[in-house]
Amino acid sequence: MTAITKKPVNPTAHLTPEDIEQIGVELDAIRQEVLDTRGDRDSAYIRKVVDVQRRLELGSRAVLLFSTFPPAWVLGTMGLSVAKILENMEIGHNVMHGQWDWMRDPKIHSTTWEWDNASTADGWKHSHNEIHHTYTNIVGKDNDLGYGIMRVDEDQRWHPAHLAQPLWNFINACFFEYGIAAYDLELGYNLRLPKEKRSAEFRRNLKGTLKKIRKQATKDYVVHPALSIPTGSFLPTLAANFTANLVRNLWSHSVIMCGHFPEGVETFERKAIPDRESRGEWYVRQMLGSANISGSKAMHIMTGNLSHQIEHHLFPDLPSNRYAEIAPKVKALFEKYDLNYHSAPLPQQVHSAWHKVVRLSLPNGWLSTTDLTNVPQQTKLLWAMSTKGPRVRRAAQARLEQQARRLAKAA
Amino acid sequence: MSIAVPSATTRSGLGRSTRLRAVRDGLRRVAESAVTPLELSDVLDVFHPLRRGADLRARIVEVRPETHQSATIVLQPGRDWAGHVPGQYVRVGVDVDGVRLWRTYSLTHGPRADRRISVTVKAIPDGVVSNHLVRRAQPGQMIQLHQAEGEFVLPQPIPDKLLLVTGGSGITPVIGMLRNLFHRAERPATDILLLHSAMSRNEVIFGGELRQYDEAGWLRLVEMHTDTHGLLDVAELDRIVPDLAERTAYACGPAGLLDALQEHYDERGIALATERFRPQLVEAAEGGTVTFAGGTELDADGATPILDAAENAGVLMPSGCRMGICMGCVLPLKEGAVRDLRNGALTVAVPGETGPGGVPIQTCINAAAGPCHIDHQER
Repeated sequence: MTAITKKPVNPTAHLTPEDIEQIGVELDAIRQEVLDTRGDRDSAYIRKVVDVQRRLELGSRAVLLFSTFPPAWVLGTMGLSVAKILENMEIGHNVMHGQWDWMRDPKIHSTTWEWDNASTADGWKHSHNEIHHTYTNIVGKDNDLGYGIMRVDEDQRWHPAHLAQPLWNFINACFFEYGIAAYDLELGYNLRLPKEKRSAEFRRNLKGTLKKIRKQATKDYVVHPALSIPTGSFLPTLAANFTANLVRNLWSHSVIMCGHFPEGVETFERKAIPDRESRGEWYVRQMLGSANISGSKAMHIMTGNLSHQIEHHLFPDLPSNRYAEIAPKVKALFEKYDLNYHSAPLPQQVHSAWHKVVRLSLPNGWLSTTDLTNVPQQTKLLWAMSTKGPRVRRAAQARLEQQARRLAKAA
Repeated sequence: MSIAVPSATTRSGLGRSTRLRAVRDGLRRVAESAVTPLELSDVLDVFHPLRRGADLRARIVEVRPETHQSATIVLQPGRDWAGHVPGQYVRVGVDVDGVRLWRTYSLTHGPRADRRISVTVKAIPDGVVSNHLVRRAQPGQMIQLHQAEGEFVLPQPIPDKLLLVTGGSGITPVIGMLRNLFHRAERPATDILLLHSAMSRNEVIFGGELRQYDEAGWLRLVEMHTDTHGLLDVAELDRIVPDLAERTAYACGPAGLLDALQEHYDERGIALATERFRPQLVEAAEGGTVTFAGGTELDADGATPILDAAENAGVLMPSGCRMGICMGCVLPLKEGAVRDLRNGALTVAVPGETGPGGVPIQTCINAAAGPCHIDHQER
């Protein structure tokens, strides 16, 4: 991807300032329609989901008390994985967005919810609700783009260390909850500071996160396995909890990657965003910076309706069960203003996002100039670029880009 | 020996109960650590929301129509319901169209053997909660509850002569008192005069029951129907109740009636116990004085978010995206009204009618719509 303002054709070039303000007005109207009809049906929905999730989690944990028997292990692990995914995505994420604050029920409220995840609710609300949702897809400002550990844009200079980024991304996916906790804390930045320069706020948050992680780990890896000892199921239960956490981590990482990372989703330059971005301008950035996952109702629920990432980013505080309803209206608006409503099935979006991770781990143009016939030469070139210092790298880079341009022209 | 034995028993009994408590606390800690980040009560609520130790709630057992615009809601309260004295009221939190709203209603039954309680609700025009309870509430639904409150109760022992003056739904605390008196094994020999004013004969809540009491001679009922007699005129009170000064008096009803009665009693220097149903009085305006918990007051106009106004006045506020999406600035509005600058929607907080902790609002997109009090320690 290349930031929208550096593209040969900016996909918003045809929009006049009046168009952009009108888009804002029309989206506000869609939002208002939902607000005007929010009611019993919606509150019944979230209460039902919470109830089902709690029963499923308890039931699965009960079954896992006998996890030494393989069928119990399989059933319990599957149930616990689904329960953890529901809790994090359709419930936790959405409740913490304030989607259900309007019910005035202190038990289902953004100010009181704590979720089944290593990161604390407060840390998450800051890094996700505030930073990611306000500065969506602005390179260098939105940490969700590559989590600060990946090259996410052609304009970022390639470095040999980037070769490892598919591996980092995979490891990050496996331990995603800890990755999130780390970047809620801005751990990378803070660890580079000398100890005495770290803020009191960081130290407080770190303490809170470590406490949360300890409680989470005690539940999954000590108490639950210990309760399974009578049936000789200590280790199987421990493994079941680890597996459920792994499944939840991989799943949530995939869904979140699909939301902003597939090819064709736009990114933005920090300096191209006006100081006082209007409502319409902010809306347009959300429209182009998000991608949907098409699929069944079950898929939408299991992604916490983040399969409607576009709708969610436009209206992060609307109840998630309403995104599917407004999606056709939102899509019609995209068509009316000739903008790309990015939507595809999950395997396609996951592939696209991973393809981009791999492509950007390599020097610009390397992947597109490589085919079956020139693999040895290209590998040699990559080796040279990785080991022979910046001068060789710059020269090889220029050549690669020239070749890639030529290939593109021929095609 | 005879002294040593019981003391030894006591000591071992104490030891056992301490041990039991230690075991119970230990088990509880294990259970808590098994369900974190939930609390144990969140999990138990799934199965038994009315158990001992749960937040106080009640299940609606029956909705019984009284008149065509009032109904009695019979409730099974949670195990921690501490009971009440007839005449007291209770605060209930009802989910109407998905939104939890709090109101106060008088309890209309004395303590019952089956531990159930009841409130009788009159649907008032535009009354969101009262109309919901009278027309849409269903058995099986849950409502939130607080313990009974209120000083409007009969003294003990019961005085020889009573005067009860009620208007409209003002009968509700009084019926609780009457039922309690009349359900005793031995009915007290109190001379009770009940003066009740209602719009018409058909609109007398508990009309049939009250007339039966009258026929049975348990009390004397004087009904005043506005459609035939006009409004109850306090000047006539001395004519209707010649022995006014001898009767211990209780009154409950519309503010106008209570004010007039109070004046009448004050002039004669005799005591009157009253119960007022506080009307909801928040008038939305443009801008207003914002008060914080620590005492800071500032004037905010109707176009400036409370967050900006407060920061400009030097108040340290929590904040985030400043555009209404991150919920980083949410603070409880204890009293008053605010207006959402995005769509003009009003949020109103009335102590006693909205949640006990106030209504959480986003300060970055709400402006003052009249005086409001925000629960935030600004320093």
